[in-house]
Amino acid sequence: MAIFLTKESKVIVQGMTGSEGQKHTRRMLASGTNIVGGVNPRKAGTTVDFDGNEIPVFGSVKEAMAATGADVTVIFVPEKFTKDAVLEAIDAEIGLAVVITEGIAVHDTAAFWAYAGSKGNRTRIIGPNCPGLITPGQSNAGIIPADITKPGRIGLVSKSGTLTYQMMYELRDIGFSSAVGIGGDPVIGTTHIDCLKAFQEDPDTDIIVMIGEIGGDAEERAADYIKANVTKPVVGYVAGFTAPEGKTMGHAGAIVSGSSGTAQAKKEALEAAGVKVGKTPSETARLVRESLTATA
Amino acid sequence: MDLFEYQARDIFAKHGVPVLAGEVIDTPEAARAVAERLGGRAVVKAQVKTGGRGKAGGVKLASDPDDAVAKSGAILGMDIKGHTVHKVMLAQTADIAEEYYVSFLLDRANRTFLAMASVEGGMDIEEVAATKPEALAKVPVDAISGVGLAKAREIVAQADFPAEVAEPVAEVLVKLWDCFVSEDALLVEVNPLVKTADGAIIALDGKVSLDANAGFRQPEHEALEDKAAADPLEAAAKAKGLNYVKLDGQVGIIGNGAGLVMSTLDVVAYAGEAHGGVKPANFLDIGGGASAEVMANGLEIILGDPAVKSVFVNVFGGITACDAVANGIVQALELLSGKGEEVTKPLVVRLDGNNAEAGRKILTDADHPLVELVDTMDGAADRAAELAAK
Repeated sequence: MAIFLTKESKVIVQGMTGSEGQKHTRRMLASGTNIVGGVNPRKAGTTVDFDGNEIPVFGSVKEAMAATGADVTVIFVPEKFTKDAVLEAIDAEIGLAVVITEGIAVHDTAAFWAYAGSKGNRTRIIGPNCPGLITPGQSNAGIIPADITKPGRIGLVSKSGTLTYQMMYELRDIGFSSAVGIGGDPVIGTTHIDCLKAFQEDPDTDIIVMIGEIGGDAEERAADYIKANVTKPVVGYVAGFTAPEGKTMGHAGAIVSGSSGTAQAKKEALEAAGVKVGKTPSETARLVRESLTATA
Repeated sequence: MDLFEYQARDIFAKHGVPVLAGEVIDTPEAARAVAERLGGRAVVKAQVKTGGRGKAGGVKLASDPDDAVAKSGAILGMDIKGHTVHKVMLAQTADIAEEYYVSFLLDRANRTFLAMASVEGGMDIEEVAATKPEALAKVPVDAISGVGLAKAREIVAQADFPAEVAEPVAEVLVKLWDCFVSEDALLVEVNPLVKTADGAIIALDGKVSLDANAGFRQPEHEALEDKAAADPLEAAAKAKGLNYVKLDGQVGIIGNGAGLVMSTLDVVAYAGEAHGGVKPANFLDIGGGASAEVMANGLEIILGDPAVKSVFVNVFGGITACDAVANGIVQALELLSGKGEEVTKPLVVRLDGNNAEAGRKILTDADHPLVELVDTMDGAADRAAELAAK
C-alpha cells in the first residue's frame, strides 16, 4: 500500500520540457512511474518523446488533470516561478504536489503554504528543496535513484536527500515501503510528523526510520508525536553534531542559532520518546536490523 | 545574511520607517565633518554583528566634533565579543522618553510569520521573553494577508501600548512589514523603538537578516555582504560557486548533498577521537552534479587550506554516477598539477551507490600514490583521521 504514492498514482511534471525536468522525467519513467503529462503553457498541445514514450504537454495543471485524471504533480520549474507553479497546483486541487526546486525564497514558500491552508489543504505539498518520494517497485515522484533499493517494509522519512539514498542503500536487502525526502528548508510542506502518522497507519510498514538534521525544532516535535501516537518501532539519525553555531550547513534551514536546533538536543528528545538513535548512518542501519530481529 | 546596524537603518529609511540621521565612517578623522553635519552632538556607535555592545563600551555620546573624533578613535579597533570594530556610525542624538520593542520574523515551527511587540524595549528581548513573557506580545501574521493598519492595531493592542502612541506605532509597523516583505527579510527588529520627549516615534537601533535564497530578485543585496569579514577560503569558495564552510580541524571534507556532508563531519569527528582528537577542517557540498571541474575547484580550495592534513572524499552516487566522480578526481589531480600546484596531502575516497564499482576501478587503475580507496564511510573516516594525525 505504501504512503502518498502507489502504482495507481498518475503523475504530471510541471517543468517537464526544461533540461532538469526532461532528465528526471526520463528517470521516473524508467523506474515505472505512470507519467501522464507535462505542463508548460507555451508548449501546450505538443508532446515530448521519452525513448518512444510520447508524453503530452498541457497548458495548465487543471487541463492536465481533466485530460488524464492526474493526482500527483512533480515541480521542477526554476525558483523564480516555483511559487506560481505551486499556487496553480493548489488551485487545481491536485492531491499531491512534490516541489523539487531548491533555492526558493522563504517568503514564497510561506506564501504558498498559507495559500494551501486557505484552500483547505486539499493539496499535500512535499518540499521544497527535496528529492521527492519513492515507493519502490511502484512509483517514483522526484529525483531519488530507483535502483539502489527494493520494495520492503521499512518506511523512511528524511530532511536530507543523500542521507536518504545512503540509508536506502545500507538497508537495500530489507527494502522500503516508501521513502520520503521532506527537504531541509526552514519552511516545508509535509513534515516528519505527517510521514510518521502515515507510516503508523500503513499496513505495509513495520518499522520507521527518521532522519533529521540541525536547525529548527521539527525533530523535537516529532519526538513528542512519536511518544503519544506511534506504536511501531522508530529508529532515528540526526546529522550535524559538529556543526558550529551560526553557520548554515548547506540547507537553508540547517543552522544552529543559540541553544536551539542542535543535533544533541534532537537526539535526546528522540531517545526520551523511545527512539533508538544511531551515531552514524551505518550504526543507524544496524539498529534497524536489530529492531527487526527483536520484533520478528 | 545579518546586516550591520547602519545597513538596517538605511533599509528602514528606504521603506519609510522613521530613523535618525546618521553616517558610517571607518577613520576617527572622518568623525569631525559628520558630527558638524549632525549639529555638533552625536552618538558614536560601534558597528558589529553582536549584541551587548553598549555594555562593552561600544556606544558613546560625543558632545562636539572634537569629542566625536576622540570617541570614534576609542571605539574603532575595539574588540567586542571577538568582533573587531572596523566601522562606527555617528547618529543624531535623541531625547528618549520611552523605549519599546517591535519585530517581524519567520516562525519556522508554525510555518508562518510572527509579529513581536513589547512596551519594555531597550534590553535584550530574549531576557524579556524569559523573565517576563507576559510583557512580550506574539501575534501570528498570515503570509498572504500580511500587516495592514487593522492588523498593526491588533498587534499594538495586544502589547498594551499606551493610547497616545498606539496609532503612530501601528503606522510604523505597517512600514516595517513592507520592509520585511519587499526586502525578503527573515527578521526585521527595532530595539529600541523610542518615543522622544516631543512625542515622535523613531527606530533608534535595529537588526535585519535577509534571505540568501532571494538573491534572484534582490540583486542589490549582494552589495550588503561584509566581504572583508569573510574567511578568505570561504570567499574563494563562494567565488567559485561552492557551498563551503571553514571549520577548525585537520581533515578536509568533500561530499555530495548537505545532509551527507554534515554526517561526514560527525563521523570524522568521532573517528578523530581515536587519533589524537583530529577534527573536520571544513564543510564542502559539491552537490548532485560532481563534474571534474567542480571536483577540481573543491580540491583546490581544500588543499589550499594550510590546516588540512588529509582529505576525505565521501560520495554517494545517487543521480551522479560514481565513475563520473572518479574521473573528476583523476582529472582534478591532473588539473592541479598542470597548474603547478603539486598535491602532497593524502586523499581517502569512499564511493558507494550508482556505478560505484566502475568508479573504484578508475581510481585503482589511475593508481595515484596519494589516493586511497576505502569501502565504507566509517572506515574511510577512520583512515582519513589517522592520516591527519600523522
